[in-house]
Amino acid sequence: MTDDTDAATAEARARAAHQFIAALPHCRALSMKVEDVGAGEATISMPWAADIVGDPRTGVVHGGAVSALMDTTGGAAVLSHPTAPVSTATMDLRIDYMRAATPHQVITARAVCHHVTRSVAFVRAEAFDEDTDKGPVAVANGAFTLDRGRDGGGRAQ
Amino acid sequence: MKRPEPIQVIKQRRDAALRALVDGVPYVRFLGITFDRRGDELTGVLHFDPKLIGNPMLPALHGGVTAAFLEVTAIVTLSWAMLWDDLEAGRLDAEALTPETLPRLPKTIDFSVDYLRAGLPRDGYARARLNRSGRRYASVHVEAWQDNRDRLFAQATGHFLMPPPAA
Repeated sequence: MTDDTDAATAEARARAAHQFIAALPHCRALSMKVEDVGAGEATISMPWAADIVGDPRTGVVHGGAVSALMDTTGGAAVLSHPTAPVSTATMDLRIDYMRAATPHQVITARAVCHHVTRSVAFVRAEAFDEDTDKGPVAVANGAFTLDRGRDGGGRAQ
Repeated sequence: MKRPEPIQVIKQRRDAALRALVDGVPYVRFLGITFDRRGDELTGVLHFDPKLIGNPMLPALHGGVTAAFLEVTAIVTLSWAMLWDDLEAGRLDAEALTPETLPRLPKTIDFSVDYLRAGLPRDGYARARLNRSGRRYASVHVEAWQDNRDRLFAQATGHFLMPPPAA
């Protein structure tokens, strides 16, 4: 494969990821933004907002909003896998909450689809606030369904 | 023997405490979650809104919304159980409770969601069961359904760190 086609593939992947997020009403409601997309990898950010606070005394974001970000990032990582699945759905997602995210900071999640079978994708994800030296706010492991379309070949090339 | 309290007094106290617990959390309001109460039993209600959609093609609820709904129901049910005895014994004045004076909420340690079917674009319901509720840690199971109680669309188990006792 030449550099030209590599670049074209990467660009198509990025475009698909942006469209994917833009089409999801709940992601728009949480102002999620695609920061980066690679082969089976995605990075998505979510700004702090008063609406997503879980503890009004501290302004710490609710764990549920972090779940939504992790779930979206995991789904985007699956869809950007080189085998080009046409759709995916979360089957199982486990999140470990390490520490409270610092109020008023952007939370950024990075997910890697580290293994796929014919019909299942396995994903790992980490979410950081802006204090990246403090380690992740949360980590997640998930299993996603994988739909390769009728011909089994995924998206038309 | 002490006469039982009038029913309005009991209901007013319990509903005021529940309101203080639920209304104080911005994210619960944002998602449109309310709680129905029958005695001490709570049912979380997720009121459908287009902004909760994740997959516009099906359409289906966002998996993150489902996870958040389960987690909110688990935390509120756990906090409610924690408040109940103090509330009923009169050690806690429900009328004076505000989100600021309420005891701290439990913190999620981990949460594992099992997605069973797509969440449909309509209201959802959830109930939590406390597997174990200790002084420091609690384990909670929570189930969510839509039209039919026997056809869950998701369930979850989570562990929570209980707030330190008030000084």
